[in-house]
Amino acid sequence: MTIATHLPALQVVIPLVAAPLTVLLRGRHLPYFISLAASWIALVIALLLWQQVNAHGTISYAIGKWPAPWGIEYRVDQLTAFMLVLVSGIAALVLPYSRASIKNEVPPQQHYLFYTMFSLCLTGLLGISITGDAFNIFVFLEISSLSTYVLIALGRNRRALIASYQYLIMGTIGATFIVIGIGLLYLMTGSLNLADIGRRLAQVQGTRPVLAALAFLTVGISLKLALFPLHQWLPDAYAHAPSAVSSFLAATATKVAVYVLIRFYFSVFDASQVLSQLPMQEMMLILALAGMFAASAIAIYQTDLKRLFAYSSVAQIGYIILGLSFNSPTGLTATVVHLFNHGVTKGAIFMLLGAVTLVMGGSTMARIQGLGHRMPLVSFGIVLCGLSLIGVPGTVGFISKWYLLLAAIEQGQGWLVFLILLSSLLAVVYVWRFVEAAYFREPRKDIDADTRVPWSMGLPSGLLVIACIYFGLDTSFTVGSSVKIAELLFGGMR
Amino acid sequence: MISGGHFTYFITIFLMIAGLFLVIARGNLIKKLIGLGIFQTSVYLLYIAPGKLVGGTAPILSPEFTIYSNPLPHVLILTAIVVGVATLALGLALVVRIREAYDTIEEDEILAVDSAHETEVQTT
Repeated sequence: MTIATHLPALQVVIPLVAAPLTVLLRGRHLPYFISLAASWIALVIALLLWQQVNAHGTISYAIGKWPAPWGIEYRVDQLTAFMLVLVSGIAALVLPYSRASIKNEVPPQQHYLFYTMFSLCLTGLLGISITGDAFNIFVFLEISSLSTYVLIALGRNRRALIASYQYLIMGTIGATFIVIGIGLLYLMTGSLNLADIGRRLAQVQGTRPVLAALAFLTVGISLKLALFPLHQWLPDAYAHAPSAVSSFLAATATKVAVYVLIRFYFSVFDASQVLSQLPMQEMMLILALAGMFAASAIAIYQTDLKRLFAYSSVAQIGYIILGLSFNSPTGLTATVVHLFNHGVTKGAIFMLLGAVTLVMGGSTMARIQGLGHRMPLVSFGIVLCGLSLIGVPGTVGFISKWYLLLAAIEQGQGWLVFLILLSSLLAVVYVWRFVEAAYFREPRKDIDADTRVPWSMGLPSGLLVIACIYFGLDTSFTVGSSVKIAELLFGGMR
Repeated sequence: MISGGHFTYFITIFLMIAGLFLVIARGNLIKKLIGLGIFQTSVYLLYIAPGKLVGGTAPILSPEFTIYSNPLPHVLILTAIVVGVATLALGLALVVRIREAYDTIEEDEILAVDSAHETEVQTT
């Protein structure tokens, strides 16, 4: 057969092979070009898969020709393909950016290791999205997590080490909770294939181990996706990691965790009546609202821009989970659209902040005074992305909020509309703090901002900012596919 | 099911909670990792114990043996052990680096150093 039938395996294998190659070949330039090639090939494969899925429907690929439910199945449906495009697309943009960025932030003898870890992290994230096997999800989750801990620890500040250690503890607890949940499901159903578990759960629904599995999985995955009270690892990790790492993680890592949650809820638990036996919907709603308000409020008081936008990430995850909590096709559409939109927006912001750090020597409010005069393009980019976080029409943030509002109105919960708008006002406040520091303060004389932002950093950030606007005007890709995904998950697979 | 009913589950849950307690209650970074190790190990037991049949052998295709233990949990846990070892190794490596950078591995002392440093940075 042709290579086209093996695309699902190649999607994961190519970045996986690139990782040891970068270690073996080392050198000054080789690791960069290997991982760059791997990420671009991954993007091409993701786009091809996307096209195949849209033309012919769900692809099932049996690893080693062992048929599912016994063997490991790679299953590409529209949601998977959507995630693959997002993750590999961001990776393909972050890698060219990272070269100039880490030159300034990571000791030269560790550069090749950065590319190794980046390739492994990409492998893990793609693997989580593509696999149809519950235990495989755990393995890929740990591949991506372990490499993420190393990437964060590469930060030049010693607090990066503490941030990495704390994430390691929290992340491992989360992953272990997920394994416990998968173990309980395996005990009750005797299967590890997600779709197969979903079918077999109907016979054992309502039993206590199944409910415990749901609880363990929810808590474990929520730790990974930084749902509000479990978010403590996130701000430190994003603030102290190298800029390229922050932008990649902010755009993809938590989004893939949300994907796992959607996968378990809709492909595994939703087929039976398990979800309705625990007050999942109410709980998710409350945590999402708490996150939207508490995290936005904390963001307002941050003195470091990276921490500010990290807390804003926690708040935005609140919106994503809010969409999920409606348990309606419109709500799910809002969730999936916001996954993409927030990934693009946050990726752009952290890339631009990396450029700011490079030129100004830091990203604290005190340092970036007068940024609007010194780096007009970069600060304009941050403002545009900030508008998207608020949800101003014409940006991607508006599209997500619009669908979120539609979903709330559809549910007849008018008070939620009010709360969503109120939390957007908090976003106005923290974005305004940046605007005030950048445009209404005099530049500090003691910092000389002579360094120029290299093209390799400017171009990828610029592309993401343009994407922020473009997908706010032309929604055929994002909304079109999200609607299809919601139909799929609420329809046949249910 | 193993003789003794839920005996293995009680052990599993005891280890699970003991490990988690260590992670939360101890301020020493090494002790936290020990707790994390115990927590992860308890999960191995959760998988392995239900796969065992009393008198069961390894799954060998032979007319002599008719009762098999389920081999799949062993394979899964072999993977999980590797992951656990990697996590522990990485955690310990981080603690070494933290000790080099801060000269202590007590969490509260590290936080005190950091917050003192932070007030310094903000004024500049």
